[in-house]
Amino acid sequence: MKLRCLPLALLIMLSGCSTAQSVLHAHGEAAIALKNLIIFIAWVAAIIWLAVVGFLTFALVPRRNHSAGPDNRSERTMTIAVATATAATALIIGILTVASFYTTRALNSGGNADVTVVVRAQQWWWQFIYADHDQTQIFQTANELHIPVGKTIRLRLQAVDVIHSFWVPSLAGKLDLIPGRENTLTLRAERPGIYRGQCAEFCGLQHGHMAFAVIAEDDADYQRWLARQRLDAATPTEAEAIAGQGVFLAKQCAACHAIRGTSASGSTGPDLTHVAGRRTIAAGLLETTRGSFAAWIADPQTLKPGNNMPMVPLTTDELRQLSAYMESLR
Amino acid sequence: MKKDQASAVPADTGLADAEVERQLTTIWGSRPGFWGAVASVDHKVIARRYIVTAFIFLILGGLLALAMRLQLAQPEARFISPDRYNQIFTMHGSNMMFLFAVPVMEAIGVYFVPLMVGTRNIAFPRLNAFSYWVFLFGGVLLWLSFALDTAPDVGWFAYVPLSGPEYSAGKRADIWAQMITFTELSALAVAVEIVVTVFKQRAPGMSLDRIPVLVWAMLVMSFLVIMAMPAIMFASSTLILDRLVGTQFYNPAEGGDALLWQHLFWFFGHPEVYIIFLPAVGMVSTILPAFVGRPLFGYLPLVMAMIATGVLSFGLWVHHMFTVGLPRLGESFFTASSMAISIPAGIQIFCWLATMWAGRPVFRTPLLFVIGFIATFVIGGLTGVMVASVPFDTQVHDTYFVVAHFHYVLIGGAVFPLIAAIYYWFPKMTGRMMSERLGRWAFWLIFIGFHLTFFPMHLLGLLGMPRRVYTYQPELPWAGLNLFISLSAVLLALGFLVFFVDVVRSWRNGLPAGPNPWKATTLEWATSSPPPSYNFRRIPVVDAREALSPNDGELAVASGLRTDRRELLVTSVVEALPEARESSPRDSVWPLWAAIATAVMLIWSMFSPWAVVWGSIPIAVTLIGWFWPKGSPEDES
Repeated sequence: MKLRCLPLALLIMLSGCSTAQSVLHAHGEAAIALKNLIIFIAWVAAIIWLAVVGFLTFALVPRRNHSAGPDNRSERTMTIAVATATAATALIIGILTVASFYTTRALNSGGNADVTVVVRAQQWWWQFIYADHDQTQIFQTANELHIPVGKTIRLRLQAVDVIHSFWVPSLAGKLDLIPGRENTLTLRAERPGIYRGQCAEFCGLQHGHMAFAVIAEDDADYQRWLARQRLDAATPTEAEAIAGQGVFLAKQCAACHAIRGTSASGSTGPDLTHVAGRRTIAAGLLETTRGSFAAWIADPQTLKPGNNMPMVPLTTDELRQLSAYMESLR
Repeated sequence: MKKDQASAVPADTGLADAEVERQLTTIWGSRPGFWGAVASVDHKVIARRYIVTAFIFLILGGLLALAMRLQLAQPEARFISPDRYNQIFTMHGSNMMFLFAVPVMEAIGVYFVPLMVGTRNIAFPRLNAFSYWVFLFGGVLLWLSFALDTAPDVGWFAYVPLSGPEYSAGKRADIWAQMITFTELSALAVAVEIVVTVFKQRAPGMSLDRIPVLVWAMLVMSFLVIMAMPAIMFASSTLILDRLVGTQFYNPAEGGDALLWQHLFWFFGHPEVYIIFLPAVGMVSTILPAFVGRPLFGYLPLVMAMIATGVLSFGLWVHHMFTVGLPRLGESFFTASSMAISIPAGIQIFCWLATMWAGRPVFRTPLLFVIGFIATFVIGGLTGVMVASVPFDTQVHDTYFVVAHFHYVLIGGAVFPLIAAIYYWFPKMTGRMMSERLGRWAFWLIFIGFHLTFFPMHLLGLLGMPRRVYTYQPELPWAGLNLFISLSAVLLALGFLVFFVDVVRSWRNGLPAGPNPWKATTLEWATSSPPPSYNFRRIPVVDAREALSPNDGELAVASGLRTDRRELLVTSVVEALPEARESSPRDSVWPLWAAIATAVMLIWSMFSPWAVVWGSIPIAVTLIGWFWPKGSPEDES
């Protein structure tokens, strides 16, 4: 970093934020190693830049006792100076190359994964499929990945339509999801927290609204979350929510969305079994509240133009009931 | 090609200077009027057109950048819809790369290579005219599509499958692919002309070790174009085939491969950076000596470094693909090769620093831009070393860090030298000086505006902001920096405005420049400013690297070329010994007709593959007209 921007950098870091999405806010094993490498190389670069600009200034300052013509001695001095600087360049990039290799090796420490999750990216949301243990207990969630702290997580990255890129800067570097291929990303969170991630490969109209959260929690919380996710959706008890379930199953909603425990089993949109238990809806666009549900269902194309959810014509009552039902799916 | 045999032919030997000039003007000059201008094959006329057109595209592309900065100035802004935003950033990238940067660099080559090697016109002058028209039509196609709201929206890199038939309906991606074909066609044509001009038309005595550095740079650049462009032409053609006739090159479901596209694209895309940067190296190396009052230090290492850069540039395309999940060994190779290219880059910088160190700087506007270039480009080079490291890159790839990096390289590394070059050669091209006062204003506004705009982007990238997003959420800590960047962009735009005002004002009523205002030593200054249509009254003879050494008296010249037809001197490749006199084509409107026929065929082929069949007939007709022999008896023997 160049010195004149240091105050700016400090200001931003001090302001802080609970849901970090920052390379400099590293809380994953990989991200910490990467941050160290980044800071090391940035310092080396800053020193080189200062040296070059320092010499540039020195070369341009008017000097006395200076012959303008090329005489042999100064030609020789210059040759030595250029050769030395070139050798230094070669040495420095050699060091940086080796540092880079070692960081890569440290990142791929291998070992068995404690948890494996299938990540399926699509325009413009994230599907996380937990298919680890018992095949009867497969469940999926959307735009929210829960992981236990201190455990090695293996993510099997797949793309449904176009190329996307999985990036949670606070935990690890990014890796693309490419149709027809599967990439594997290993990560480990060292501290509990909510780490924001976002698609990093241009993927069309709503590339800017394709966020997700990685929620790292201690093992007990994680197990509680797992147990809850494996349950079928809660049966609504309030009258409004019961009516909302009727609307959901009668309208087009069930064609794209699944809610386990009901007849809704569409697979093109996110699974809504526990949708209200997630922090956000629409891939990080809105905080999960009854109002957000209503706004989103009423007109998804204004909030996130071009996304694949159509506007389903509903009466005001139906909209209210549907939102109540969504909110009951905890 | 034929040796001089007839002694009765009218040659310039023995004629008075004024009489030679009169005869040459008659034979080399273009006819007056619209058709005369359109038919001109004078490399200077065509290059001037190229440069003006490219700068118009620069202005348009800059306006797109300002539109994007307006949208990003605050979170969740709704000035521009995501659809339009995607068109805008695709247009900005494609326009700046294909319609501004490469053409403008080649245009400088088209203008100055023939002058610097001391010849009367570029090789294949009609092809040169054709290349300009094709470039113009490609640019107009792209901008018309933008005006009609159907511009490409898949990024300047057009990754499949997003740009494939399934996810990009309509004609947008086809327009992108055909625009590529247009501009690559013109770039290839110019590259071939430059290579032949440099190899075969140098003034007698300009052996390889006396070629001006800018000419070397243009030569290496031309070879890069010739070797890199086929990859992108193959890529864009197969994309069109996938979209139009149902081939499956890029469809993984049918055995195609989405990554094949990226390999092809970046095999072209990385050398592309050096296609833009190497001419800038040549410009800096040419301009610097004039303002530090001593010859360039390290001619040989500089030339070798340029060649090394050109060779290495084909071995590091994978560093654009470090996050696609390639095998680690392969990635390590590309880390090493990407880092290694900083050695020739370093040599270049050190030679320039040494030249300054030994010289006495005169702080005129061109030198200011050269100094700004070094201070800026070194940052771009250092961030380039950063993204060459695989682990580092996994964090910053496709973020604003990379946006910052390549703007440092492309604006700092190529546009700053280009502006220096405009200030330096404007007197040559127009006979008038640009304003020193406005030049200083332009420099400081552009330099400060540039750094305030792009330096914070490094930070934005590290703070997690991805590229190519049309907006971002308010809860993210990016809003302050984005607003700051948008305001700084206005400052940068203001700097360019001052520059353009200076160009227009000086063109109309700048101070007269005289033949050699900078006391430069290269051959373009050996003729009047602006140069006459025939460039040199008599072909100069070169006996040193500094062709116009101030210690010499009169410049030595060779005579014997005919004055009753367009004739060039052909020399040997290494020593530049005279070999033959060769006729140079006369003005012709056929290249324009051929370009129109080509444009019709290429645009039609977005709609039907049969266009390639039927559309080639008019092209054949125009080519027959173009090559119809009208030669003198000497040519026919």
